[in-house]
Amino acid sequence: MVPLYMAFLIGGLLCLLGQLIMDLTRASITPGHILVGYISGGAVLSGLGLYEPLVKIGGAGATIPLSGFGHLLTQGTLKAVEQKGLLGAFSGGVEAAAAGITAAVVFGYLAAVLFNPKG
Amino acid sequence: MNTPDPKRWKKIEVEEYENLVQQTKPKPPLLKHCIWAFIVGGLICLLAQLIMNYLLNQGIGKVDASSYTSVIMIFLGAFLTGIGIYDELGKKAGAGSIVPITGFANAIVASAMEFKREGYIFGVGARIFTVAGPTLLFGFVVAVLIGLIKVFLSS
Amino acid sequence: MPAKKKRGAQTLVFDKPPVITSWASIAGPKEGQGPWGQDFDWSMEDYLFGEESWEKAENKMLRETVKKALNKRNFDEADAEILMAGDLLNQLVSSNYAARELGIPFLGLYGACSTMAEALLLAAILVDGEFFERVIAAACSHHYTAERQFRFPTEQGVQKTPSSQWTATAAGAVLLEPVGTGPRITAVSIGKVIDMDQKDISDMGSAMAPAAAHTIKTHFNDLNRSSDYYDLIVTGDLGKVGMAITRELFIKDGLQPEPNYSDCGVLLYDDFQEVNAGGSGCGCSACILCGPLLKKMTAGEINKLLFVATGALMSPITSFQGESIPAIAHAVAIEN
Repeated sequence: MVPLYMAFLIGGLLCLLGQLIMDLTRASITPGHILVGYISGGAVLSGLGLYEPLVKIGGAGATIPLSGFGHLLTQGTLKAVEQKGLLGAFSGGVEAAAAGITAAVVFGYLAAVLFNPKG
Repeated sequence: MNTPDPKRWKKIEVEEYENLVQQTKPKPPLLKHCIWAFIVGGLICLLAQLIMNYLLNQGIGKVDASSYTSVIMIFLGAFLTGIGIYDELGKKAGAGSIVPITGFANAIVASAMEFKREGYIFGVGARIFTVAGPTLLFGFVVAVLIGLIKVFLSS
Repeated sequence: MPAKKKRGAQTLVFDKPPVITSWASIAGPKEGQGPWGQDFDWSMEDYLFGEESWEKAENKMLRETVKKALNKRNFDEADAEILMAGDLLNQLVSSNYAARELGIPFLGLYGACSTMAEALLLAAILVDGEFFERVIAAACSHHYTAERQFRFPTEQGVQKTPSSQWTATAAGAVLLEPVGTGPRITAVSIGKVIDMDQKDISDMGSAMAPAAAHTIKTHFNDLNRSSDYYDLIVTGDLGKVGMAITRELFIKDGLQPEPNYSDCGVLLYDDFQEVNAGGSGCGCSACILCGPLLKKMTAGEINKLLFVATGALMSPITSFQGESIPAIAHAVAIEN
């Protein structure tokens, strides 16, 4: 099991990097840009085999940031390609991330129905 | 030959003005922002690790425990957005509350909830993907490309 | 033959300066707790104002402010001859829907946050030109309707930059008549759209400052006045960043910015209210004018006021397409 302080450290550092990107680059960087950047960046690093070591050290500190979601998509795809070939490239990612995606959409919908924006 | 070129003059004026703006404009308090982002982001991941460790101790497999953890964190992010706490956290924590998957949930709920008064299909239904759409899109595209590269290399 | 009432490049002076005989303002919960809270006619307790949506609340704010301005002179809606109003929302919905219920002949105006000055100057022209005798000029904005149209959903956790401004929840309306007691509009300057290639949508002050400086300089040139002619020159909603830049631009133009220059966006809130660089929105300059400023004019604390509302004229679509932010400022001289 990964020690808790490592999850804190790696997770904190990944968020710190995001903060540096937001504050030091163009002012038009929005949360949407950060999320897109992290998921794509995580997926690419994972494809190069660079993200798995981070997960080994950081545990949830590496999987909970959105780059971890990208990692999950890539690893799912790669595994499915080994098993099913070409079809796996299209089915593997979503299969691996299905729980997260569905949870996000369904909980998102429920929260929107149950609550009102307070401002 | 010496006629002043209005475009060139405008360009000089704009450059001078840009310098003035850059001198005057306050910079974001970088150190404070970074400390907040590091601590809040770290704490969210630490909470996730606690949940994950608990699930692993219950004898749930590693892959499933990881998926459960994501689902629980997404639920928490959605719930805290609904009761109006997550946006207050976001004002302070910046990337610390955007980068973790709870921030993904926040963006989804905030976009959907905001457009409730415009109806459930084209209000909530369409807007729920305002931020989630591009995020998932680029995630899928990159993953599929990597998958195709692997298919190509191994054939 | 040169136009009789035009002076210089962009300025008009009035033969029979129209009188501001009545005015009213309404402020949101945050604005009501600011330094001028006591000077508004109402402070709202919450952002919904007894309505179902923020858009409806904004429409009601404008409607009630117009009614209040008329009631103070013992008029009702039927006595008003024309309403000139605007807001920040697409298709001017707040003003259009308010006008639907008020039943006053209506001209909708869009000048972003400069709308109050645009409405005032057109109203003054219509009264001086002897077309109408009771003209209403009004403007309003609502923090959350503007936020969801121009920026992010309100519950999304977004960190604001120090140069960003808080769209005011506020409305103001004035009644102009050819005769009566009250401050008079003596001259107006119509601004040009100025664009200094600023692209940061969380820094409107820097985008609008050159327009404000240009209009003020032109106003002084056209009328051969210097900045000490006025007791107070107040810009619309430049905020702290824009105001600091405007001071620099004044000095460059040979104008004296101290001590009689201020900005509605800086005035509207206290420092601890977490608004970063200050207030913005049509309602910001409208409520400061129709609250504290006109009150001070009737009390004789200010006798000559130059009101310069400023507007940033971009939309979310032009921002996404990478366009810079054009800006405008109109000046209205109000004297006792």
